Amino acid sequence: MFESFDALFLARAQFAFTVSFHFIFPAFSIGLASYLMVLEGLWLKTGKGVYANLYRYWLKIFAIVFGMGVVSGIVLSYQFGTNWSVFSDKAGPIIGPLMAYEVLTAFFLEAGFLGVMLFGINKVGPRLHFAATCAVAVGTLISAFWILSANSWMQTPTGHEIAANGQFVPGPSWWAIVFNPSFPYRLVHTVIAAFLTTAFVVGAVGAWHLLRDRTNPGARKMFSMAMWMAALVAPVQIFAGDMHGLNTLEHQPAKVMAMEGHYQSHPNGAPLILLGIPNSARQRVDYAVEIPKASSLILKHDLNAPLAGLDTVPQDEHPPVGVVFWAFRIMVGLGFAMLGIGLWSLAARARRKLYDWRWLHRAALVMGPSGFVAVIAGWVTTEVGRQPWTIYGQLRTAQSVAPLDAPAVATSLLAFILVYFAVFGAGAVYILRLMGKPPEPHEDAVPTHGPVRTAGITPAPAIEGGRP
Amino acid sequence: MIDLTIIWAGIIAFAVAAYVVMDGFDLGIGILFPRFRVGPERNTAMNSVAPVWDGNETWLVLGGGGLMAAFPLAYAIVLPALYAPIVAMLLGLVFRGVAFEFRWRDPGHRRLWDIAFCGGSVVATLAQGITLGALLQGITVKGRAYGGGWWEWLTPFSLLTGVSLLIGYALLGACWLIWKTQGPLQAQARGMAKALLPALLVAIGLVSLATSFLEAQYHQRWFEWPGVLATAQMPLLVAIIGFLAWRAIGKVQNGGRDWMPFFLALLLFGLSMVGLAISIWPDVIPGRVSIWEAAAPERSQIFMLVGAGIMVPVILAYTGWAYWVFRGKVDEAGYH
Repeated sequence: MFESFDALFLARAQFAFTVSFHFIFPAFSIGLASYLMVLEGLWLKTGKGVYANLYRYWLKIFAIVFGMGVVSGIVLSYQFGTNWSVFSDKAGPIIGPLMAYEVLTAFFLEAGFLGVMLFGINKVGPRLHFAATCAVAVGTLISAFWILSANSWMQTPTGHEIAANGQFVPGPSWWAIVFNPSFPYRLVHTVIAAFLTTAFVVGAVGAWHLLRDRTNPGARKMFSMAMWMAALVAPVQIFAGDMHGLNTLEHQPAKVMAMEGHYQSHPNGAPLILLGIPNSARQRVDYAVEIPKASSLILKHDLNAPLAGLDTVPQDEHPPVGVVFWAFRIMVGLGFAMLGIGLWSLAARARRKLYDWRWLHRAALVMGPSGFVAVIAGWVTTEVGRQPWTIYGQLRTAQSVAPLDAPAVATSLLAFILVYFAVFGAGAVYILRLMGKPPEPHEDAVPTHGPVRTAGITPAPAIEGGRP
Repeated sequence: MIDLTIIWAGIIAFAVAAYVVMDGFDLGIGILFPRFRVGPERNTAMNSVAPVWDGNETWLVLGGGGLMAAFPLAYAIVLPALYAPIVAMLLGLVFRGVAFEFRWRDPGHRRLWDIAFCGGSVVATLAQGITLGALLQGITVKGRAYGGGWWEWLTPFSLLTGVSLLIGYALLGACWLIWKTQGPLQAQARGMAKALLPALLVAIGLVSLATSFLEAQYHQRWFEWPGVLATAQMPLLVAIIGFLAWRAIGKVQNGGRDWMPFFLALLLFGLSMVGLAISIWPDVIPGRVSIWEAAAPERSQIFMLVGAGIMVPVILAYTGWAYWVFRGKVDEAGYH
């Protein structure tokens, strides 16, 4: 008995580790692919060399990020089977096709055109090369579509039937499965999060180089573009997040109770707990700093609306409150900090001081990793918040696990941790090294690192409109 | 009578075959990597697969994802049964995948990433071969789940299939280099291919013999009347193709067709896969679970068939285009 509990815990730890690590890469590469598409498009349209130079600059970083995303993603497509075989058997007829569509419509598209994007400019010419960049960028978004549909179905399962053998099988309409109730909100919220993550990385790199040389044209351009994203998209994200939260309240109320720290029901208006220490043993939040009735205002748009608490949910269906409570606050806090940077940059821009305000640059630099922290915190909120279920309300996590021996999972968990930190740590160092170099007017060489015969006769590098 | 389940078995088999055809040679280059001289030769060998390896590996994801989608029960039983080799394969692929970029980004540690590239390729290949062997020798099934322990896959037979695949992928890698390179590197690849080809033929023979004694069903298929009439042709075909491949490798240096050895090596793989199919049909887990027992419901099969029917030809088209863009001999210049 203890042994099986152990294997379950280890399997969860392993999956949480590998999936969290993996998501860092797509969170960046989804946004970066689109950014590269914009840069190359602007270069083709305007012929300005600064766009070509920025394209080259970020393409090198993209190549590393994308490679790490691919190899850490392959792991996941097999871990459903190795660690969650019962879930795979039961939900395979629904989750399997969604993931198969992801592979067929997205992974091949990205991988097939990545080679041309990285190595092919001198072989196919700028327009076809731009098409390849677009294919990769669109591929990352299609990938997000399918995988978030699959995840959302697990959060808000609809459109299925239960077969005699216990499997979840599709009902008459796949539409109801793909477009399950939480999917549109999760898709929008996640894709915007990826864009913001990238914007803050780009902004931090721009800021770093502005702090050293505020005349560097590449640094100015990337900083300006990133700050537009922060100013325009951060408020949209806060709005989208609020909508997503209301959707969660409707379909997974226990998750929202954990996010809010509402152990008890509040018949006449629930307080918004800003900070505090959730105490699940005593079913209360210690040292709570709260705004009376504000939670009801946000969630129900009515100061006195009653809000149910975890006391209305059976004890064995409670999610772990502390983790969800804190992860949610980290995400929201960072979201507002992003908004703050965006507004600050607008003020600087209005006074034509965008490239001069050192404290803005310093703040943007500090906020560089904020997107990664926020998306991981967001995923922790939603994934821990839906516990103890893998398929919400239908299949428990404890019933989803593979019949594994604890030592096998423990050994492989250890191997994953060692390998990931070593390999992806090295990758992070290489990325930081590339970011540490200023965007020169001419990035070295063409971005083609493939079998290119023309290398060495790179077009005169500093000329505006030189090929990327 | 062809039904959706048979079609899906065919699609999964196609994905696995496509994976072996495409990723086999780039894993093979990883396996042979330490044999190439540091510098231009290693760089050229790597450049010959760098633009395509990522697409190649995607077929592995389709194989895994497709198996879960079309035969969820098989996916749920096989992966826990092969836990250790699968995890080893995944970690091996991590090392070799990142090495493509890392070795250029960090010249100071290039040796280290070269070792990662080779080691990762060897581990991934061994694990794939062991997986095949473990499936063939049979796995313990209890109800709808795997019922054995976590070392059940480890037998002399599965080690034999592991090593055989290592030889096979290495041959594919050598033949790919014969096609895509010239000069001393090509000459070296020819030498390797000449050593690997006989080794592979011996390995195919050993695995075939050993397989036929694993299960009564296999033995019956291959040695009893009237099946033997058809199956007896298989060793003959393998021998003929092997002979042709040997001659083609020799002819390349006198201006023979440089792509011929690669295609004949692929043909050997093709024959081996046909042989496998003869042995295990119509099971997805040999001797335990048939494709119909493991199949997803019809609604899942139809939904995916629409997608696969449209997308697989499109994927093959643009994959073909990407290979076309990078056609011709490769050299080491212009990288990063």
